[in-house]
Amino acid sequence: MHSRPKFLLFVLLLLVTGFGLTLYKHFALGFPLWPGEKASVWTIEAKIEFTGQDKPALVSFALPYNPPGIEILGEDFASPNYGFTKIEQRDQRRAQWSSRQATGSQTVYYRLDVYEKPGENQGQISQQPTAIQTPEFEEPFRTAASTLVDELNQRSSDTRTFTLELLHTLNAEKPSQNVRLLLGDRPGEDFKARLAIDLLNLAEIPARKVRGLFLEDGRRRQALISFIEVHDGKKWRLFNQSTAEEGIPEHFILWQRGGLSLLDVEGGHRSRVHFSIIENNQSARSIAVQQGRDEQAALVDFSIYSLPIEEQNAFKAILLVPIGALIVVILRTLVGIRTSGTFMPILIALAFIKTSLITGLFIFIFVVSAGLLIRSYLSHLNLLLVARISAVIIVVIGLMAAMSIVSQKLGFSQALTVTFFPMIILAWTIERMSILWEEDGPKEVLIQGAGSLFVAILAYLCMTNRVVEYLTFNFPELLFVNLAVILLLGQYTGYRLSELRRFQPLAETELDSVLRQQKSNHNTANDK
Amino acid sequence: MMFATPKQLRARGIMGMNRRNVDYVAAHNPRHLYPLVDNKLKTKLLAEQAGIAVPKLLGTLRYQHDVKGLHSQLLPHEKFVIKPSKGSGGKGILVIAEREHDIYFKPSEEAISHEALERHVTNILSGLYSLSGSPDIAMIESMIEAHNIFDAYSFEGVPDIRVIIFKGYPVMAMLRLATHASDGKANLHQGAVGVGIDLATGKALHAVQHDRPIYQHPDTQRDFSELQIPDWDKLLPLAAACQEVTGLGYMGVDIVIDKNHGPLILELNARPGLAIQMANGTGIFPRLQQVEALSGEQRTPEQRAQISRELFGQQP
Repeated sequence: MHSRPKFLLFVLLLLVTGFGLTLYKHFALGFPLWPGEKASVWTIEAKIEFTGQDKPALVSFALPYNPPGIEILGEDFASPNYGFTKIEQRDQRRAQWSSRQATGSQTVYYRLDVYEKPGENQGQISQQPTAIQTPEFEEPFRTAASTLVDELNQRSSDTRTFTLELLHTLNAEKPSQNVRLLLGDRPGEDFKARLAIDLLNLAEIPARKVRGLFLEDGRRRQALISFIEVHDGKKWRLFNQSTAEEGIPEHFILWQRGGLSLLDVEGGHRSRVHFSIIENNQSARSIAVQQGRDEQAALVDFSIYSLPIEEQNAFKAILLVPIGALIVVILRTLVGIRTSGTFMPILIALAFIKTSLITGLFIFIFVVSAGLLIRSYLSHLNLLLVARISAVIIVVIGLMAAMSIVSQKLGFSQALTVTFFPMIILAWTIERMSILWEEDGPKEVLIQGAGSLFVAILAYLCMTNRVVEYLTFNFPELLFVNLAVILLLGQYTGYRLSELRRFQPLAETELDSVLRQQKSNHNTANDK
Repeated sequence: MMFATPKQLRARGIMGMNRRNVDYVAAHNPRHLYPLVDNKLKTKLLAEQAGIAVPKLLGTLRYQHDVKGLHSQLLPHEKFVIKPSKGSGGKGILVIAEREHDIYFKPSEEAISHEALERHVTNILSGLYSLSGSPDIAMIESMIEAHNIFDAYSFEGVPDIRVIIFKGYPVMAMLRLATHASDGKANLHQGAVGVGIDLATGKALHAVQHDRPIYQHPDTQRDFSELQIPDWDKLLPLAAACQEVTGLGYMGVDIVIDKNHGPLILELNARPGLAIQMANGTGIFPRLQQVEALSGEQRTPEQRAQISRELFGQQP
């Protein structure tokens, strides 16, 4: 005999562990408790194209380095026929693809999944500026540049206002003669940025070029946008070169800082890089998982998420089974529904998940009734148990095949899902119901069959509930809670709902038998 | 009112399935003792050793080659029953009431050849009637002849008396009568009649069919108030003695009353049902608690039966 306090303590321990881990994951690791919370994950793909020159090719490409306000979730450098290395030094990251022989048009891809960390837009860069190299201007540009810098110096009070003035001047609709001279005919973005930095350097302001991308869904063939970063003596300030807006804009990923090239290709020519961007609505959960793994949180690192996706999906289904078990326990011990086979309803419910409810119900009822008909013939043959069940299995497979073929010909493709039903379970169900029919009659078969289906449907509804599905998979520690509840139910000694109905006559007949007793007492009294 | 409230049922002392399973079956019946009751041959041999009256075992057939000896085994017997040791629900039980040389007759006068009899035994041995499908043993028993008193109350078959024995004390008893509706079977949920029996006197108290009260047998129309179980004085101690045989704390004992041999133990059950409460029109729970409150001193089955008659008898 176990002691009851010990049992209750154990149950309490399970409950605390289950809920405790769940809350820890929610509050400390940022797992949302409800499935609804989604965050945008951007997939950025850089496509680098060049034409090979029949000799070894080396592609060097700048990668984002700690972009402010952005969390990098994953990177993919998949490019067939290319060796790949990642080089990381100081504040730069570069990807290097190499190939022995590159002939004709070549493409390499770099794919990046990022997510915007909410409320963390302004990253600080503490890095000090390097010494300014005074830019070399040739006449007449030198005069135009110094005149412009002088003008701007007069109009501005500090580095920030100087930069703003400069950008406004460069982007003015009708630029002054000096500016026109410096810009030349139809200047490109790159050229403008280069010029702005030279002018800033001329005014002895540390400045550098920054390239980045706006995150907009469905953008293709994008190029990086140039920004200018200036150091005001204390910190770096970022300015959008074409709009003169200050600060890091929203939905923006800072790709590269400084003047180093974005893309270098050796052994190829006509190299280009394009960016495409897609927005994925990934649940906040998967981001939490990713971050948890990056941070090596043990609870996440040693969990189902560390398994390959395929096994994770298998566990998604397996983790639903305890929910079905809980439903069965509740319906049997609290309600008192009779089912054919204790856990058969769970397996039926799992099949329903794959077939959808109505189709599944139809298939199940059809196969079982047809199976019962054929089984009733088999029972005349006086077969041994194992042979009999094997025969039923073959019959079930025959029925499944017939059903698939006929439905295909008639154009109901839904019935093809019949294969999702576990045939051994169907065979056992048929066998058990057939024995029940012989021993207890068709009424009991109907009661237990309907009971099983009812439990299966209820289990199906619970197991397909989005919240339940989400919670079981993402908080497997809730299994402890489930276990605790089942243990408690296992000790429940109260009445079942069905017994309130069954024993209902006793609530009245007690009186009746008392009457009879009184009558007989009366009789014996008379006899005496 | 379709439903009783839990309060009402508690007030009547009704025990539910959950309480039976947790507090009685699981708590008082160690699992390793189950084979003693699930295997009828083991039960019978144990009972015989303990000197408890059972239908006489005429022979057993364990292996296929034993079947060759069936003919010589059966030679001295006119009436007998062949049954599987691990059968359930009355499956595989063949009753032979008469024979003429190698032709056997069921009680329904259907004739069976010796070959058919051998085939039946082969089926039993290969586990056809054993629910788990495991190989079984065929038992040959003497046929029970129902006491005349039941002629008026039974549609078919031999009525049996189920007594619940808790810690060796009889706590409740009922007579099960087959009806036309139950197809000659004594299963209450198939429509057999359950008659609650007063432990003190062996008289009928109350009867139910399909869980609802009735006053006459549905087929013979005989009033149950006249029913009195014969040999009640012998029957209760016999039932109580089964506790020592099996060691089970909570069990059902099925007893038949043979015309010539009196009460015989037919079967034991480690998980007796709750319908006995319906048949008695009262709950079993207070009685179980009374038994638990009894002092733990060792008593003989006769003493225990006597205590139960005093405690649980309903008629003075």
